[in-house]
Amino acid sequence: MSKSDIGPPNFREMLPEVIEKNYGKWKYHEILKPGVLRHVSETGDEVFTVRTGSPRLVSIDFIRDLCDIADKYCDGHLRFTSRYNVEFITPNKKNVKPIMDEAKKLGLPVGGTGNSISNIVHTQGWAHCHSAATDSSPIVKALMDELYGYFTSMKLPGKLRVSLACCINMCGAIHCSDLAIVGVHTKVPKIDHEKVGAICEIPTTIGSCPTGAIRRHPDKEIKSVVIREDLCMYCGNCFTVCPAMPLADAEGDGVAIYAGGKVSNARKPPMFSRLIVPYLPNNPPRWPEVVDIIKKIVGVYAKNARKYERMGEWIERIGWEKFFQLTGIPFAEQHIDDFTYARETWRTTTQFKW
Amino acid sequence: MADKTPKVDELEKGPWPSYVKELKRAAKKSKAAEDLLGVQELSFNDKVTHWKHGGIVGVTGYGGGVIGRYSDIPHLFPNVESFHTFRVNHPAGWFYTTKKLRELCDVWEKYGSGLTNMHGSTGDIILLGATTANLQPCFDALTEVGFDLGGSGSALRTPTACIGPARCEWTNINTLDLVHDLTMEFQDEIHRPRWPYKFKIKISGCPNDCVAAIARADFTIIGTWKDSLRIDQKGVREYAKGGMDIKNNIVNRCPTNALEWDEKTKKLKVIPQDCVRCMHCINKMTKAIRPGVDKGATILIGGKAPILKGAMLSSVLVPFIKIEPPYTEIKDLIREIWDWWDENGRTRERVGELIERLGMRNFLKAVGLKPVPQMIKSPRSNPYVFF
Ligand code: SF4
Ligand code: SF4
Repeated sequence: MSKSDIGPPNFREMLPEVIEKNYGKWKYHEILKPGVLRHVSETGDEVFTVRTGSPRLVSIDFIRDLCDIADKYCDGHLRFTSRYNVEFITPNKKNVKPIMDEAKKLGLPVGGTGNSISNIVHTQGWAHCHSAATDSSPIVKALMDELYGYFTSMKLPGKLRVSLACCINMCGAIHCSDLAIVGVHTKVPKIDHEKVGAICEIPTTIGSCPTGAIRRHPDKEIKSVVIREDLCMYCGNCFTVCPAMPLADAEGDGVAIYAGGKVSNARKPPMFSRLIVPYLPNNPPRWPEVVDIIKKIVGVYAKNARKYERMGEWIERIGWEKFFQLTGIPFAEQHIDDFTYARETWRTTTQFKW
Repeated sequence: MADKTPKVDELEKGPWPSYVKELKRAAKKSKAAEDLLGVQELSFNDKVTHWKHGGIVGVTGYGGGVIGRYSDIPHLFPNVESFHTFRVNHPAGWFYTTKKLRELCDVWEKYGSGLTNMHGSTGDIILLGATTANLQPCFDALTEVGFDLGGSGSALRTPTACIGPARCEWTNINTLDLVHDLTMEFQDEIHRPRWPYKFKIKISGCPNDCVAAIARADFTIIGTWKDSLRIDQKGVREYAKGGMDIKNNIVNRCPTNALEWDEKTKKLKVIPQDCVRCMHCINKMTKAIRPGVDKGATILIGGKAPILKGAMLSSVLVPFIKIEPPYTEIKDLIREIWDWWDENGRTRERVGELIERLGMRNFLKAVGLKPVPQMIKSPRSNPYVFF
């Protein structure tokens, strides 16, 4: 007989002893070097944290490897961060070096702290999702191979959060990241009229379209829908609710890039990321076009932003026209908003730069 | 295998830890993981996904927690014909003992592909790839070692919280206790979907918002304080001595000019009533500035991704609330919101979209909250006013 409604394991039983003892009593912390933190408690106790990267999609043997390190140096405790990194926590400073060495042996980079590029929040892609317009793990791997030096150092002006979603459902933190990669379609769904009536709820399907492009089929005999192609912007939400409207397309699908979002309230309030590259093709296994442009933007930001400035704060200060100029990204009609609150994004002042 | 998946193999190279190596490790023990490598190679060639739409599977007694997935090429890869995902509720703060993790791995070695995501974006442990036949026995084994499923579908999704008091000096609330308490209180709402759409709760201990609660939760709890931030002048002088440009990088960057720096006396002064608790000065001078002592949280509502009406950030609902067990006030408010949304929400309408459609005015009335200026950036400019 199975149990139910037991909930997750109680976190109190998962905490290392030194954490339990100093719970809620922390006084300050410092970053000793990339990937290594020191927290000091009111009680005088201190803990050291070693943070390592992880590919997120991992085998159970990977988890067991982590457990071996934690058993050896962290009294059998470890944790994961909200960006999929792994943290080994120990009260003994002398454990820091061996933990770093063991991580290195497993091929795990130590870093992701301070003004670095930490892990990339990402989604399922072609490995497990039916609505993906691009893959996720391969792009993350290709990007992090190139941005590796930014993970293991803290030389950027501010934190730089990169995230990726394989469709515009935008699972994860895409809409509020310094740089975000999003899978996009560019072709109208193909409707299987035979199946729509049988497997889809027509009102839900009609209601699923943000631009109202879907109508009942004009022929009452046909229990299906039609799409006004000029109104469809290929979001794929109709496919999410109605399997008979697939839109994935080998040549049409690709990725868009957004920039300038953040969630923290430090200095400026949270910001949305904004479209900077409307379309790049899918080019497995390493998506070189995507990697190149991201590297370029990071480079321009690193060179031009002031101390502590996040990507969005920097762009806001210099103006979008300067951003496009400095990065050399061509500006296109797709950049200009034409959805519900479009007007708010147009320039209603004569203040701009040449 | 090298010649079978040449494109996928490319991704074993390079310094960042390779998920392909992980797929291959799992493939040594699991035919499903081996087939997944083949599926990946095929997707690289075809540039489309090879998973069929949807799939409704689950375990007895629950309406969610398992994401069904079927291959559209089962003749080529029979071992991933059904390749379902378990969402397993993580312990608060993602803290584990190795004993618990090893038990989890043993269950998954027996019943699944051996592949996982640590973790999914909402916070769950993701067990990637089980056959339909293995779902119930795997679930039974999971609960046996103390793990329950998380949420999926039109339900309360797995709530998450930042590390908070466990290892952060900035937290203003007991994020981990609160998230565990709410998760236990609302087990029924997590496991048995019954709403217009999904609902997410996220909790951050301070406005740095390390779990992105303002962007990724319908109901957002962010710790804050009411009195003055605390400045240790000796600590400030240490930073000045260490070469920090306090005037330019701290004082001038304060969004509300709430800080004053006296270069002569080396004193940093805060005007508490002007501080909007953005965390900047605290973040940059961790040893000298701390949040105040009159602690609580701000509650915000409506955060979500773009579908359908555009992305939303949560907006202020309750500027300040004390956060103490048994958290009755918060639970009551959450229930009021669910009642109103359940009653008025259209199919697949997030609570933020419903508030926009029916008006903040009506929403506040329904949940019994008074309008306050902290809720808005600015009053309306149009004259289209209801009375
Ligand atoms: S949100 Fe604030 S309290 Fe929570 S971990 Fe981040 S900095 Fe600390
Ligand atoms: S917390 Fe932010 S608003 Fe408050 S004094 Fe510091 S910098 Fe200014």
